[in-house]
Amino acid sequence: MKPANSPRFRKEEQKLMVLGGSDSSLREMKFSEFPSVLNPGDLVVLNDAATLPASLHGNAGSGAPIEMRLAAHADDSSFWAVLFGPGDWRIATEDRMPPPAPGQEDVLTFSEGLHAKILEVSPVSARLIRIKFLEKEADWLNEIYRIGKPIQYSYLREALSLWDVQNVYSSRPWAFEMPSAGHALDWNLLLQIKKRGIKLASLTHAAGISSTGEPVLDAFLPLPERYDLPQETVNQILETKAKGKRVIAVGTSVVRALESAVHLRAGIGRTELRLNSDYKLRVVDGVLSGMHDTAESHFQLLSTFASKNLLQEMLNFAEKKGYLNHEFGDSCLILTK
Amino acid sequence: MNLKGKSVLITGASQGLGRALALELAREKAKIVAIARKSEPLTNLMAQIKSEGGSSFAILADVSNKFAIYAITAQAAQLAGPIDILINNASTLGPTPLRGLMDSDCEDLAQVFETNFFGPFRLSKALLGPMLIKDKGVILNISSDAATSPYENWGAYGSSKLAFDHLTRIWAVELHSTQIKILSVDPGEMDTQMHADAIPDANRALLARPSDIAHRLKNILLKIDEIASGSRLFANDERFA
Repeated sequence: MKPANSPRFRKEEQKLMVLGGSDSSLREMKFSEFPSVLNPGDLVVLNDAATLPASLHGNAGSGAPIEMRLAAHADDSSFWAVLFGPGDWRIATEDRMPPPAPGQEDVLTFSEGLHAKILEVSPVSARLIRIKFLEKEADWLNEIYRIGKPIQYSYLREALSLWDVQNVYSSRPWAFEMPSAGHALDWNLLLQIKKRGIKLASLTHAAGISSTGEPVLDAFLPLPERYDLPQETVNQILETKAKGKRVIAVGTSVVRALESAVHLRAGIGRTELRLNSDYKLRVVDGVLSGMHDTAESHFQLLSTFASKNLLQEMLNFAEKKGYLNHEFGDSCLILTK
Repeated sequence: MNLKGKSVLITGASQGLGRALALELAREKAKIVAIARKSEPLTNLMAQIKSEGGSSFAILADVSNKFAIYAITAQAAQLAGPIDILINNASTLGPTPLRGLMDSDCEDLAQVFETNFFGPFRLSKALLGPMLIKDKGVILNISSDAATSPYENWGAYGSSKLAFDHLTRIWAVELHSTQIKILSVDPGEMDTQMHADAIPDANRALLARPSDIAHRLKNILLKIDEIASGSRLFANDERFA
């Protein structure tokens, strides 16, 4: 499948493949018909995390140029981050120069007002480090927004700006890459969804870095991710379940958060859940997602919702129909009931 | 509407009406997110709010810069929580002394629209998303009588404010199926730096004090449940005294 190479391709042309549901056939439609697949009383849960400008260019302690990509929250005051050597986003991550070997206690400098101390170098890969910014939260956040760029993808025609990687309902800056399943939703559709008696709810999930270009490290992803599940959303889910209606997650980040919250307890949590074909879903009845090839880790996540054979069949059909994949591509909705 | 604990984002908060509003609403125990371009007056404002027992956060940014918008909204959400009320107050006259349209540079007109029209459009668009998910929120747009009266030499400012008023009305229509309120308010003439820049020889004794107008805008927010979305209000309306 070909990637969508720009975030600005026409919304009206966006496609949706529906798998499962009341009849188990594959159905192809325009994305704008998404509300028609849902029933009144169903609940759509969105990840409202805004996307950070998580790519920071700077210098290692030795002065050597580096790029650091924030990858996940490690705890309340530190982050996991991935280091790259010199080069820019037009070079595929797997072809990037390695960074100079980082050492614990080294200080990385990104500007006069932004410094990160390395607290830990991961045994998984020397490129995965745990860092803490030396400035106060309000100051480093401000500086990240001043000098940082969103994480880029080498298959795109032009560099992404921060506007390109926000969903229309984004709020707290917790995501390191855009929770891209919601990218095709606009307010025209969301208001139509509400008018049809379908409910909307949100949570915040700190979607982490999706790929690093280093096989050993990529196999280790996703890192544990932070989420915040509001009580209001929990109430809406319980109400939906009690009425026998469906909970539809927009994106696998929402699935991970909802399936991880023990007894659906509201509040801030951290998920290490790995979704795969053996996992039995407890909360979520369907997922809206982008199109992902079988080689991608995302395919594993989707196999929680449908057999790999069915998913493969869907991908073959999508390919034949000219669907586009990756962050800004077409979508699929996989329903289990 | 009870303002206690609400997160209120105010642009142009370092002086004039914006500053007075920040102080007034902080006294109602709202959490203030103050946006302005200059650091020192913002620091002073935060210090004053703190000394009165209130809570505030400051973000240095220029609302006319498209790429400052997500820096503002993301930091605001991180520091103060989801924004309940947005007050689009920042505006510019353009070059002063004010001049006729034939003597205005195209770039000056464009810059006035960036600050008075595109800036608040972008900021509202970015903050409306999370408001729509929760189906609640208020956007208060500060207008001017220059939006309705064609004052000589006020071409850039007046036309940008009229465009902003109409944007407000259309947005209200588009959001009619929601509980979100978006309105504009004409504050009337006030004794501010902006007024002095525009009309240096005005009789200041005849002008309202920004703190009195801020008090009236607070009353509008307190009575927001009775006000129709899309309204264009006057601060001097006796309902808000």
